[in-house]
Amino acid sequence: MLKSLHKRHSELANSKRQLEILSNGIFKSGDLPTFKDKISETNQFPLKAKKLEILQINVGYMCNQVCEHCHVDAGPDRKEIMTRDTMQHILEIINQTGAHTLDLTGGAPEMNPNFRWFVEEASKVGIKDFIVRSNLTIITSNKKHHDLPEFFKKHNIHIVSSMPHWTKGKTDKQRGNGVFDASITALKMLNAIGYGMPDSNLRLDLVYNPTGAFLPGNQSSLEKDFKKALNADFNIQFNNLFAITNLPISRFLDYLIASDNYEDYMYALVEAYNPAAVAKVMCTNTLSVSWDGYLYDCDFNQMLSLPINSKAKHISEYNEDLLIGRDIVISQHCYGCTAGAGSSCQGSVA
Amino acid sequence: MQKTYYDPADLKKFGKISEWNEELGTKFFDYYGKVFEEGALTEREKSLIALAVSHTIQCPYCIDAYTGDGLQRGITKEEMMEALHVAAAIRGGASLVHGVQMMNKVNKLDM
Repeated sequence: MLKSLHKRHSELANSKRQLEILSNGIFKSGDLPTFKDKISETNQFPLKAKKLEILQINVGYMCNQVCEHCHVDAGPDRKEIMTRDTMQHILEIINQTGAHTLDLTGGAPEMNPNFRWFVEEASKVGIKDFIVRSNLTIITSNKKHHDLPEFFKKHNIHIVSSMPHWTKGKTDKQRGNGVFDASITALKMLNAIGYGMPDSNLRLDLVYNPTGAFLPGNQSSLEKDFKKALNADFNIQFNNLFAITNLPISRFLDYLIASDNYEDYMYALVEAYNPAAVAKVMCTNTLSVSWDGYLYDCDFNQMLSLPINSKAKHISEYNEDLLIGRDIVISQHCYGCTAGAGSSCQGSVA
Repeated sequence: MQKTYYDPADLKKFGKISEWNEELGTKFFDYYGKVFEEGALTEREKSLIALAVSHTIQCPYCIDAYTGDGLQRGITKEEMMEALHVAAAIRGGASLVHGVQMMNKVNKLDM
């Protein structure tokens, strides 16, 4: 199994080093415009936070998988796990936020020992869309997780799961040996209780991340191909496919540099820059909460340790007045969310 | 002086062709865009055809473009290679089928 950058003691485990790479080289020389300069061309700098719609909680970086492209650098060795106290803070403010979507992510969120307690409590709050980003393989990884599909169903959880391709080869190459087969088994378990099935309210969406140094193709075309192939090969159904661009940070940045693709990839992102996507980037309506309760504009900024530009820096200090209208913290990785049809945790935006 | 005839960076300048003849350039790119839209064939199928033809005409720009396009569409390397073998078979077959002409000529002239 691949090891996390932290476990390998890679220099890229340090977010400062990642930001240095993203700010120097082709951006410092002026070969490519910085993200700030680019959005300034269309008078979109500074990006401003709007009313909060999506509260995304990262409950910990521990994961049973070590994917090649992971922006979290998650893995079994990561010990950063949200405590019950921090979860309690979140439960206390969910109603104040007015967010219609609660989005749990990780790592594998299910590996947090307080995961089920938190889901049970949070589902009482009356959030319209309660998402858990499940990597699927966690369901089959251990007997104690085998009842997760029923648990999700009981709490009407909207499941969003990564599946980079409908073939085993491409999937396992990105996500690890055996991931494809385990994911198919988990998807069948979810389908069997109604998830992703026609006429069912139980939503099951898949996330497509490119399996290399290229941008995602058209989201609806990919969705058609995924549906056709997964149905034909495994009789699997799902609702929607979200095509998400890999952002040049953490393990994907490591891959880009090691494979000598970094500069070409940044050129591709800048070339595909779409001003229409800027107006709809997720950081303007999302708040990301880290495992230790700190606030960030997005999960990517969290991983780059780019703190939110507000006096309210921790979930315990949540204050809508202090957060709305804040300047979003940006760097060159933001090009990943504005390329082509744009990219967010909910897929294309433009 | 440029040391090679082909520069990968030139692919990105393809659109500049219109600068020296806007009318024909615009018509070409409009046509090009329309050709690759989904019709009786899917965009995915058209991308694979384009990849195969790119190899037949040995256009490095096109190979670069349609390999990348295929990856973006989720086309697998197995599908790409099969498409290339179709191109290679037709190209090889095109040489070989002319052998009939050779045989006809030999049969006519040779005792």
